[in-house]
Amino acid sequence: MIWVVVKVAAAILGFGLNIAGFLGWVERKQSAVMQDRIGANRADIFGFTFLGLFHPIADAIKMLTKEDFQAKGVHKPLHGLAPMISLGCGMFCLAALPYGGTITAFGRAWSLQPVESSMGVPLVLAALAFGVHGIVMAGFASGSNYGLLGALRGASQMVAYEVCLASSLAGALFLYGTLDLQQAVLWQAAHVWGIVVQPAAFILFLTAGAAITKRTPFDLPEGESEIVGYHVEYSGMKFGMFLMTDFFESIVVCGLITALFLGGWAIPGLDLPSMGLLGGALMLASFTVKVMLLLFLLMQIRWTLPRFRFDQLLDLGWKNLLPLSLVNFLVTVWGVYLWR
Amino acid sequence: MTVKVVERPKRDFATRIYLVEIWRGLGVTFRHFFVNMWRHVLRLPGASVTIQYPEDAAVLGKRARTRHRLLKRDDGAPRCTACLLCETICPAKCIRITAENAPTTIVEKRAKTFDIDLGMCIFCGYCVEACPVDAIHMDANEVEISAYSRKDMIWNMQELLGDKKKGHAQLPPA
Repeated sequence: MIWVVVKVAAAILGFGLNIAGFLGWVERKQSAVMQDRIGANRADIFGFTFLGLFHPIADAIKMLTKEDFQAKGVHKPLHGLAPMISLGCGMFCLAALPYGGTITAFGRAWSLQPVESSMGVPLVLAALAFGVHGIVMAGFASGSNYGLLGALRGASQMVAYEVCLASSLAGALFLYGTLDLQQAVLWQAAHVWGIVVQPAAFILFLTAGAAITKRTPFDLPEGESEIVGYHVEYSGMKFGMFLMTDFFESIVVCGLITALFLGGWAIPGLDLPSMGLLGGALMLASFTVKVMLLLFLLMQIRWTLPRFRFDQLLDLGWKNLLPLSLVNFLVTVWGVYLWR
Repeated sequence: MTVKVVERPKRDFATRIYLVEIWRGLGVTFRHFFVNMWRHVLRLPGASVTIQYPEDAAVLGKRARTRHRLLKRDDGAPRCTACLLCETICPAKCIRITAENAPTTIVEKRAKTFDIDLGMCIFCGYCVEACPVDAIHMDANEVEISAYSRKDMIWNMQELLGDKKKGHAQLPPA
């Protein structure tokens, strides 16, 4: 029991929060280098700027000490609850990712997955989808029409892409024969990586995943540069929680892609579960590196593409991604049937 | 006037599925990223176009519209004849002029005081356009005009003429 608590805490605090903070830095620096700029480099501790890595810390201090302003028409309990729901869903998803398999050390078996469940995939997808409640609540409780419209956009976008997210996985899960994230990783370790057998599902899931995280080019619910979004009436750390939710969701989506398409913690050619503590460390490192590389790709996409128009966004979701993912599923099923 | 019909570019299949074009776009941004990163790591020039402003001086264009400057005649007296055209045309109402009789008969009127509240100025340049005697320019090439109080944003005639240096902005006592 204590081990599970330690694992969950490590997943959320050690993995999630650190990478989320790190992403704040990556976002600035990557876009800066890409656009021939330098990026944030002013925050210093005793004169050391350390490539601007202190900026996320400065951000956090700023957000924590900022006034939590609530406008007149705000519904106070819901206004406070909304960011908690959003962030809580992201945190829960983080706890269900398979960071590693089961290793043997100190005379017993240790599983490196915080929340082990035979229903891992639907659990994570459900928790991701539940995050939409936070968004709608935020827009509704703001007492502002801009916030409400942003929440409506967010709700219709997330519902549309949640369908694609789940249906694009159908083929892959059919192949793996399991809904357990850990078993899916083990299947890939025993056979081939999911991206080899399900390349179409990988692209569909990556697209739908980018949309579910509400980041550019799918950032219509937020659109801070012109169409203000559902968190327009938020300030201070509550706004920071929405910001962190986005980063958490990005990490979760990249973790899901890693677990379901890129072999999870497995390294080809190495039998990690039999290598004891070293194997465990390699599992964690392999998983983290894969997630970071995917985050790098998503970040690059975010800084490359302009924002979709809303009708284009829904067309892409309902008219393209959903039929394509169903076709992918049918092809997979027929392929397996004929091959056997 | 004729109507020019602009043909929309035909979008073939490769364009419509986005993926190829996205990949090409990513190619451009990845190329920039890795080339710049390489230059950063090797400390080569050309990695960024950023000017580290407070340390490095700002580069202003030759025709940059900056702080106002009052000009003088050849005999050293201010050119301003206190006609109030600039004060009248100013959309931000940031110019205050009081006039007085000039001691000579060459010009009969001159400015006694000439204040510009740069905190209100919108830098439209209408005052320069309006001036019939070319007494005011916006070419002091100075953009660092911030101050710690609204009062300190007001420049008087001596300061605008360059006869007196505007005191550096001071923090008010806490």
